[in-house]
Amino acid sequence: MLAKLFDQLKLVWKVLRRPSVHYSLGFLTIGGFIAGIMFWGGFNTALELTNREEFCIGCHEMENNVYQELQTTIHFSNRSGVRATCPDCHVPHNWTDKIARKMQASKEVWGKVFGTINTREKFEAKRRHLAENEWNRLKANDSLECRNCHNFDYMDFTRQSKRASQMHSTSLASGEKTCIDCHKGIAHQLPDMAGVEGF
Amino acid sequence: MKTGKFLSIIALLGFSVSVMATSVPEDKIDTLRLAPINVEPTPPAMQAVINTDVKQVRNYPMQPPVIPHKIDGYQIDLKVNKCMQCHARTSTGHSQAPMVSVTHYMDRENNFLADLSPRRYFCTQCHAPQLDAKLLVENDFVDIDHLIKANAVKH
Repeated sequence: MLAKLFDQLKLVWKVLRRPSVHYSLGFLTIGGFIAGIMFWGGFNTALELTNREEFCIGCHEMENNVYQELQTTIHFSNRSGVRATCPDCHVPHNWTDKIARKMQASKEVWGKVFGTINTREKFEAKRRHLAENEWNRLKANDSLECRNCHNFDYMDFTRQSKRASQMHSTSLASGEKTCIDCHKGIAHQLPDMAGVEGF
Repeated sequence: MKTGKFLSIIALLGFSVSVMATSVPEDKIDTLRLAPINVEPTPPAMQAVINTDVKQVRNYPMQPPVIPHKIDGYQIDLKVNKCMQCHARTSTGHSQAPMVSVTHYMDRENNFLADLSPRRYFCTQCHAPQLDAKLLVENDFVDIDHLIKANAVKH
């Protein structure tokens, strides 16, 4: 069995090694280049298609639970009309991190297929677990997705309320705390917080 | 005969209702609405919540202190009490917020509990953020201190 597989691999390698008989070098290089662009572009386009809010709330689990909760918060409706969509906070913007996150998201496809959170009750039962995943991710990357928009260097403390500037100029400035340490539940409802640090 | 009596009672009732309806002048019907019932008035502009973080004086000793900051989106339900993230005993060190009064840790037999008493759990039942709005109704409340002073002057 293994020997047969090895033989087949050998055959493939032989074909790959042999110079082309029918196709010119120009066709192969230019054609390869164009095909590369098309595949790469297609891959990224497909990737970006999954990076839209419409895609996220295409599942009723997201549409009926987290999306409804988001709508009452400052990240959805506010005076200036700037809003955050799902991937703004839940998918890293940097390409390699994005791919890593997308690979993790295959677990979410599993959850969708097997209906892990397909009712409100199941979702509520899982809420703490799901929230903890996101807290841990944001804690580990120093709240990168928050900082994609909220840049500490450009914060004007004089425009913040007293207690906000007090916190931001001490714990946040020193790097001792990161955004998610205090701002849990900023865009979705909190789970049962018994035993969570700071609550 | 019986039906005639019945009909007359109904007619009398109807008449008395119509008399009652006409006896209330129209300008007395609406109170806070301040517009006729068939007119949709433009609502007043929404007031901004006072967000100064400066403690306000209590108007009487037992008054629940008012909240001097915004509490938009603060979740207070069976799962979590957002206020306690800063105002709990254990949080006041890093938050420098005033600790909720010890009475909030007491049950109704005055026994101290380890955590917030369920009867004092829902903060916004007593504590409210404030607006810098003009009073809709004149307030003739007199502080007890002013009463005592006024009395002392009299005697």
